[in-house]
Amino acid sequence: MSQEKTHIIPYKTYVYVLLVLLCLTFISVAVTSIELGTLTVTVALVLASIKSFLVLSYFMHLRFDQKIYAIMVTGILLIIIIVILITFLDYYYR
Amino acid sequence: MEHAVTHTHRDDTASKIGMWLFLFTEMFLFVGLFLVYSIYRFRNPEAFHQAAEELSTFIGTLNTVILLISSMTVAMSITSIQKGDKKLTLILLGITIFLALFFLVNKYFEWGAKIEHGLYPGSSYLKELGHGDILFFGLYFFMTGLHAFHIIVGMILLGFVYHRVATGRVHSTDFAFLENGGLYWHLVDLIWIFLFPLFYLIT
Repeated sequence: MSQEKTHIIPYKTYVYVLLVLLCLTFISVAVTSIELGTLTVTVALVLASIKSFLVLSYFMHLRFDQKIYAIMVTGILLIIIIVILITFLDYYYR
Repeated sequence: MEHAVTHTHRDDTASKIGMWLFLFTEMFLFVGLFLVYSIYRFRNPEAFHQAAEELSTFIGTLNTVILLISSMTVAMSITSIQKGDKKLTLILLGITIFLALFFLVNKYFEWGAKIEHGLYPGSSYLKELGHGDILFFGLYFFMTGLHAFHIIVGMILLGFVYHRVATGRVHSTDFAFLENGGLYWHLVDLIWIFLFPLFYLIT
């Protein structure tokens, strides 16, 4: 249980992360208001992925906690990506 | 129970792993719904495009900002409990619960406006619009509704956390319960991060 001593994350870090998240939100609102076709979807989803990466690593402490949580989440995200890919492949080549 | 110093077995790592496992099931629940949404969107591009224009980007953005701020306050509450600042922890948790309520009020007005326009599952107006619109608004109400339900559950959970912090059961050396409550709240935020562009932005 010696690993339980997690270090304290300063308030400032959270404020910076929030500011980046808000910027990304406004960027995605601005970008999607321009009609770019399929590119719009891509940009919106890439920005959403960056945002969720920030939430997972900073707000949900995956960056600072024991490695086991990050390994578990990475594994699950891989499974999710595989499920999505297989569904789309199945849909396209039907 | 006269002796305050009772040694109870505690395993914070296991408790957090348990919380994460639960969150994984939640992720799969929503990933399934996102897949349904994407496939129907491919099949009905025109109707989904028209229908998505009906949604208010302003309310969607406002609710995104609210959820992101509430995620930050609940994350900060873990720092404050580690520093032993009980008062600040309670304030931060209070702000989080208040923002959750604010989110729901916005959702109420947003849904209210849709229903007033005759846009709700099973309405006669939707039936005239056709198959694609029925699918879009069905998924819209189901997915944002399921998410709003998670917000309500999160508020109740954070209410329990608040109570335990207030009564001193959660403190600077035993705060896994607060961390788990926070994890749940961040998951609700994560889901919204994907719901928001899919419904409100991509038109």
